[in-house]
Amino acid sequence: MPADPTAHGAHAAGPDETPAAGPTPTRESAAGRTPQRLAQAALKDLPWEVGVAKPDPAIVVDKVTRSFGGLTAVSVDHLEVQRGGITGLIGPNGAGKTTLFNLLTGFDQPNTGSWSFDGRDLGKLSPHQVARLGVVRTFQLTKALSRLTVLQNMLLGAQGQRGESFLRALVPGGWRSQEKENTERAMDLLRRFKLDAKKDDFAGILSGGQRKLLEMARALMSDPKVVMLDEPMAGVNPALTQSLLGHVKDLREEGMTVIFVEHDMDVVRDISDWVVVMAAGKIIAEGPPESISQNKAVVDAYLGAHHDAPLTVEEEDRVLAEADASLAREDGLPPGRPGTDEISSDGSTR
Amino acid sequence: MSDLIDAFQVAGKAFFGFQAIFFALLAIGINVHFGYTGLLNFGQIAFAMLGGFGIAISVSQWGLPFWVGVLVAIGSAVVLALLLGLPTLRLRADYLAIVTIAVAEGLRLLFRSVSATPVTGGTRGLSAFNGSFIALAPWDTQKRYNILGTSWSGGELWVALIGWLLVILFTLLVWQLMRSPWGRVVKAIREDEDAVRALGKNVYNYKMQALVLGGVIGAFGGMVYAVGTGSAIPDQYQNANTFLAYGALILGGAARVLGPVIGAMLLLFILQFADTGLRALISNGVIPDTLLSSTDVAQIRFVLVGIGLMLLLVFRPQGIFGDRREVMLDAR
Repeated sequence: MPADPTAHGAHAAGPDETPAAGPTPTRESAAGRTPQRLAQAALKDLPWEVGVAKPDPAIVVDKVTRSFGGLTAVSVDHLEVQRGGITGLIGPNGAGKTTLFNLLTGFDQPNTGSWSFDGRDLGKLSPHQVARLGVVRTFQLTKALSRLTVLQNMLLGAQGQRGESFLRALVPGGWRSQEKENTERAMDLLRRFKLDAKKDDFAGILSGGQRKLLEMARALMSDPKVVMLDEPMAGVNPALTQSLLGHVKDLREEGMTVIFVEHDMDVVRDISDWVVVMAAGKIIAEGPPESISQNKAVVDAYLGAHHDAPLTVEEEDRVLAEADASLAREDGLPPGRPGTDEISSDGSTR
Repeated sequence: MSDLIDAFQVAGKAFFGFQAIFFALLAIGINVHFGYTGLLNFGQIAFAMLGGFGIAISVSQWGLPFWVGVLVAIGSAVVLALLLGLPTLRLRADYLAIVTIAVAEGLRLLFRSVSATPVTGGTRGLSAFNGSFIALAPWDTQKRYNILGTSWSGGELWVALIGWLLVILFTLLVWQLMRSPWGRVVKAIREDEDAVRALGKNVYNYKMQALVLGGVIGAFGGMVYAVGTGSAIPDQYQNANTFLAYGALILGGAARVLGPVIGAMLLLFILQFADTGLRALISNGVIPDTLLSSTDVAQIRFVLVGIGLMLLLVFRPQGIFGDRREVMLDAR
């Protein structure tokens, strides 16, 4: 974790210190090296509470729920995402992070609720319409287009291509110049991501980490306003993680809004301006990264509210049934057969 | 020896005949669907049947001019593609496969049914609709012509000429499309739809365009076949032809511009060569009658083609034109 410790050192507010009384932006800029973390400064004075209104929200989510059968995967009452900042989305497995991503980008439709980007309702839009508005995403399982070359992967990301309409594709003169511009831009990005030497290789032969880089670079080809990264660092070696982190920070420098899902808390603490914690489909905490590790709700979500108690109703039932059975055994029923039968019929939870 | 040369000549005619054109056009369409876009169309023959009957019904039943028949044929192929695509293209690839295979079989049974006889001619089909097209030939269509030892009627030559022009036209069209950004999107859809959606492309539209394009090319195959044989009979449009066209495509190399064309020519050549060659060997007594009789030849040649395709997939999975690197990437 070598990156800008000063910023965090200066900002390492204790859990007792109210954020309103935190250090002022001037001290932050005096700390120097960190270029401009406008979002961090803007978010500094906000209370650390769920659903807090941000000064300049890019994405606003309201009462979004999504259930799969009986399971409520996402139930978000209110969430605002600050423009130009890096918002980390964390939570235990199955917390609904990816489902929330899918909802926000149109890949899934919610049961209720609405959300908007720059004041535009995104509710009924399909994925490609959301992408055209400037909200692009990457996927948890990297989707490199294997049998296209790296450069073709990149060119696919460009928006408003004339040659992508069937009839105009037949007249090369209509799209050649645009294609050339796009190729130059793609090569610039590839150089930034150190993939330029691979431009004519099939994306399918890239390593896992290179595919992550390619996917991120491809998303950037569309000149997005909001970039949503689903576990960008998963399965990437530490050296490459550092370079990916650098790229994510660069996005913020360019004024993009970044939302990312990540499990590595070091990474989250390093780059995010604001952290949103989800558990069991709900947002249980929000705040700057340093506020999160001390948050009781977060600790409960990751480690369990009572460290010795079961997490779910079913587990609770099973433990109770076991206790009953052992009581019955103690009551003197010799081998306890009826008791164990009861357990197995209970425990299988038909 | 002379038998062998005969076999070569007969097979050489098959290499260029309208049946090769028929399979080439079917396979070019399938190449657009399966090779480039990743759509599993297992009912390409349905498009061909609509092509053939589009002309046949328009001309001999409704008395329309030949060229109107061509338009009817194209139009009905477009409608079929839309009908097939509307419900299935939003779903996983397998649904299109199921629907196309069912429609191909269902349409053929419908066309040969008694209740459809007033329109389609039932099992006997329709004929006498290609006269005005054959009459356009700049040479005498009644005479027979000898070209490189093979004998062609003037009509056959004319159909073959126009047919190959169509093959060249559609090959150029596919070549141009697939090197354009449109082709890039379509190939990306083959690789991963969701990634393409996330980049702001309307995947459904592209899939529909590809389905219509490939279907119309297949319909032209059916038109060439119907005009070449001079009749349109529902049972000529067995769905086995779809799979032969797939065979031709794999043989030539999928997602390659020339793959389906060369594949179809070779497939027809091999089928015809095996047929005449085996018959010659049997009649000469080289192959004893007890082992193989000439009535078995029609089936045996398909067995030979099957074995050949298996060997191809083992030793050259990319087909004749394919890129081995590219094919091996897809070992998912």
